[in-house]
Amino acid sequence: MDAAAPLPVTIVGGYLGAGKTTLVNHLLRHPDGRRIAVLVNDFGDIAIDADLIDARDGDLIALAGGCVCCSFGSDLLGALERLAELPAPPERLLIETSGVALPGALARTLTLAPRARAAAIVVLADAETLEARLDDRYVGDTVRAQLAEADLVLLNKADLAGPAGIARSRLRLAALAPRARASPCVRAAVPAELVFGIDADGVATRAAPDDRPPFGGPRPAPASHAASAWFASISLELAPRVDVARLAAVLTAPAHGVLRAKGLLRDIDGTPVALQVVGARAEIVASGHADPDRGRLVCIGARGALDGAALRAAIAAAVRTA
Amino acid sequence: MTITIYRARRILTMNPARPEATHVAVRDGRILGAGTLAELQGWGAHRLDERFADRVLMPGFVEGHSHLLEGTQWRFVYVGYFDREDPDGRVWPGARSIDAVVARLAEAARALPAPDAPLVAWGFDPIYFGGRRCERGDLDRVSDTRPVAVLHASMHIINANSPALARAGLLRADIDHPGVPLGADGLPTGELKGPDAMGALAPKVGFDRSVLAGDAQGLRAFARLCVRKGVTTATDLASPLPENAVAMMLEVTGEPDFPTRIVPLLRLQSQPVPDAIARVVALKARSTDRLRLGRLKAVLDGSIQGFSARLRWPGYFNGAPNGLWYLAPEQLQAAYVEALAHGVQVHTHTNGDEATEAALDALQAALARHPARDHRFTLQHCQLADAAQFRRIRALGACVNLFANHHFYWGDQHYQSTVGPERAERMNACATALASGVPLAIHSDAPVTPLGPLFTAWCAIERRTASGRVLGHAERIDRAAALRAITLGAAYTLGLDGEIGSIEAGKQADFAILADDPLEIAADRIREVRVDGVVQGGRVFLAADL
Ligand SMILES: [Zn+2]
Repeated sequence: MDAAAPLPVTIVGGYLGAGKTTLVNHLLRHPDGRRIAVLVNDFGDIAIDADLIDARDGDLIALAGGCVCCSFGSDLLGALERLAELPAPPERLLIETSGVALPGALARTLTLAPRARAAAIVVLADAETLEARLDDRYVGDTVRAQLAEADLVLLNKADLAGPAGIARSRLRLAALAPRARASPCVRAAVPAELVFGIDADGVATRAAPDDRPPFGGPRPAPASHAASAWFASISLELAPRVDVARLAAVLTAPAHGVLRAKGLLRDIDGTPVALQVVGARAEIVASGHADPDRGRLVCIGARGALDGAALRAAIAAAVRTA
Repeated sequence: MTITIYRARRILTMNPARPEATHVAVRDGRILGAGTLAELQGWGAHRLDERFADRVLMPGFVEGHSHLLEGTQWRFVYVGYFDREDPDGRVWPGARSIDAVVARLAEAARALPAPDAPLVAWGFDPIYFGGRRCERGDLDRVSDTRPVAVLHASMHIINANSPALARAGLLRADIDHPGVPLGADGLPTGELKGPDAMGALAPKVGFDRSVLAGDAQGLRAFARLCVRKGVTTATDLASPLPENAVAMMLEVTGEPDFPTRIVPLLRLQSQPVPDAIARVVALKARSTDRLRLGRLKAVLDGSIQGFSARLRWPGYFNGAPNGLWYLAPEQLQAAYVEALAHGVQVHTHTNGDEATEAALDALQAALARHPARDHRFTLQHCQLADAAQFRRIRALGACVNLFANHHFYWGDQHYQSTVGPERAERMNACATALASGVPLAIHSDAPVTPLGPLFTAWCAIERRTASGRVLGHAERIDRAAALRAITLGAAYTLGLDGEIGSIEAGKQADFAILADDPLEIAADRIREVRVDGVVQGGRVFLAADL
């Protein structure tokens, strides 16, 4: 990654008890080879296994494998500066907001930091209590504002809420956060790629294009809380040149259940680009990774909602290729 | 065991059983009694001290809501609209136009050695300049090479010049933040609103957290101001109280000539509640006579003039969206439960009436779990509480410390834009609090407004705004009530009313030495009462000798 490029930041928000800290703990245990930094309001609830801790220096904890965890209190920008000065600066950054903070406001604060940019806003909601929170006389508007600016909403504790609870939560979300794409999960167990984005390796290592319905057919039933029980990914091969803007429009449309996508391809004019999608947000940047013979696309969605066949058809119908 | 008997023109004791006296006897820094010389001679051999014979003594004033920053920030340039006295007694005249502000800054810049040393100023209040906003071009007139940053009186906005913005990396066209207005050129105008935007610049110009939290020099300056204003006990409300700050405070307040009792509160922020309570309990055990540790402060919402206070319906007069929770109501409740379980007192900042309501709900629930007969939890500011809320505050055994000074400085803005006429008139409803039986203190929130309890009393008595409007006749209180609020009233909210706040046997020998009689002077001139200094713990500190 280009040292001068701003650090992409995933903001993790959500009201108290939604599972933010559970998610952070989960990601710190499964960094998948990324050098990630986690900024938290306070270490209070972060339970880092002692054997993971390399060193601790005040408000900064260094973890084995190069990950760090840093508490920022009221000085987010100062903490960002300290991270940038580390000998091995992080490649990915996650900021966990306080339970009453507005993640959208934090994203705007990041525009004040010269070397960081908000890449995604992930908001957790406790699916079991979401409706009560939304209607709470004191914090209802705060919870609604948190969700309204999300790219992804993780409806956590889906096992407790049950299918009917998830369905009701989705209805409320559709009205108040039309931009957000939602998925259920349990114990905040989600693929790290969903939070941080899929990197080029993540596209390359999915060797064979997999357009079988990934959620169809018999599979060994994973433990109900595992990420694989709730999320699926598909990998598509595309024509050598693709109208990337149109492709982005298809992927960001709610119909096909795409939560995250990453494409390495050539635009219709031949420019090699990387397409990164999170919810309704798409980003297209020049890239040296595209294969001249074919485009590659990986999509992550909620198991049962991500429809590979429909997605393929939609791309074929709407996206000009060459 | 020397006994000193002070003779005074008049001693206003705030003890209803013996409201006035001519003499007060002091031994070991405490009061043996107040009365006539004949009465006090019964204590035995004594020295009669006549130096206050033409002075009026009152109990030393208690400032229940101030910040050490009031002392610290005098190392920066004062550019406020109103005249203001510094810790050394110099009165800085108000800067009444942007040109006057620029001229004062230019003069201060000439005194700085290094050409790129930042120039920081405070107290700026362009609301009095007829709606004209200050932009970076104005401050570039001070210097287009030296960073210049000016903190507003409200403490919610900083104005910066171009070099200051550049130093903070903010002179760019890709900023998208509601606290950073952009000019026609797409660059920031130089106004940085709210903690996030201010925090992007303040540390780069030397206005950082250590300054805000106070240092030895600032603490001594703060105490000198206290002497000048007749204050013998003052709060620092609040700071994170890291160990080095506590060590510094213990050392400085322990200096033999340190003239003030300091009550620093620990701010509950992001640390887990049990950790915060444990820290407060540990600090409490390290208290000394002049450093009273062991109280917790929670901040529930923002400010009214910053539109970040949480208001109930019908919300802001100008239609601004509701403000922000700085702490979730359920976090506050958790803190209350834990604090009650450990006997820790909590002071809670609530500005908007919705925040007040949430705090009362939290207190009610916490008391149901941990009934406490004398908790003295205090709502700080509590500016918009209505009569029903004051009745609830009373029922729950809580206290209020109302922001009386606020009317003078921002009352006109509240009337016109933030909450509108009716609620502006009920803001800081001292009369309703007293009528409801709620223990009342009033405060300056120094440095947001200047430290000076007699001025604060005047504000509660008169309720005049800067433009001269009386904001809410019905909420004015009489001078006896106002003088009680700045002595016993504030002492009560700190749980120190058995020790300070009145001149009576057994209490600390803490007196304000006044050249004018606050009961004789016209009520609308109480703020003009001259203060010579204080007696604190039996030690005499005169402003003239500082
Ligand atoms: Zn304050």
